[in-house]
Amino acid sequence: MNTTSATDSHATEHGLSTIGYVRIALILAAITGLEVSTYYVDFGRLFLPALLIMMVIKFVMVVSYFMHLKFDNKVFSWLFYTGLFLAVGVYCAALATFKFFG
Amino acid sequence: MWFTLDNLATAHDTHEGAAHSSTGLSNVKLGMWLFLGTECLLFGGLISTYMLYRGRVGTGPRPSQVFDIPFTSVSSFVLLMSSLTMVLAVSAAHKRDDRSTNLWLVITALLGTTFVGGQVYEFTAFYNEGMGFSTSLFSSSFFVLTGFHGVHVTVGIIMLLALRGMLKNNKVPGSRSETVEMIGLYWHFVDIVWIIIFTLIYLIPA
Repeated sequence: MNTTSATDSHATEHGLSTIGYVRIALILAAITGLEVSTYYVDFGRLFLPALLIMMVIKFVMVVSYFMHLKFDNKVFSWLFYTGLFLAVGVYCAALATFKFFG
Repeated sequence: MWFTLDNLATAHDTHEGAAHSSTGLSNVKLGMWLFLGTECLLFGGLISTYMLYRGRVGTGPRPSQVFDIPFTSVSSFVLLMSSLTMVLAVSAAHKRDDRSTNLWLVITALLGTTFVGGQVYEFTAFYNEGMGFSTSLFSSSFFVLTGFHGVHVTVGIIMLLALRGMLKNNKVPGSRSETVEMIGLYWHFVDIVWIIIFTLIYLIPA
């Protein structure tokens, strides 16, 4: 097995190649730039949904590619996303409690 | 025959020292993801508290009066790029490239330190503008949330530097690449929490 094919198979096993990670980082940086631009440019009614969508895209990209969830066993995804959805549930319950009983 | 002794040795080396459960998954990795799931709950509670109290400014300054978006944007960018350097450290560790692993770990720690330094500067500026910890419900919930995040980043920096020292002295117990990967998971988690904080707290006005 030569060095190149060894590196390639390794990249497949553990995620992306170095260039792949740099590409992901550049996309994340571009989205961050777009997010910051909403502070200076008036996006009107699109302001809130656009910001939330960009936040979710960045979140999913880091979790999937940098944290390797996309390439790892699905059990890890279940563990993490269960905590995440419980957290969102806590947030919704807290907001509802304060709205109706606060 | 495709499954040679060489392959067997490589497979063993790849997972050296990593304890595996009956599911075939690494116990360490399973435990780390479970821990990160519980961390979601911690930060979910803190973010919820902030969202509830963000409008309760009392006589203190409003968020829009104190937040310095250009400065925080640069800090966010620095933390985001530290995730890139961390994943490169993990990648180098899997390739058994110790020199690159050490280098990327140190760069990640430096970027993290820059972020924490920016947060200390920001907190000081807020205090000087009349926003102390107990000024209002908004300021209390803001400082608790971002302070907790800052503590997590600081713990991450300590872990990165400790890991770097252990790698250098060959004192990492178990699988080296898995240890680097676990610290990487923690670091990326700190980054994704900031992705949420930056949007919900800084960019969306109260």
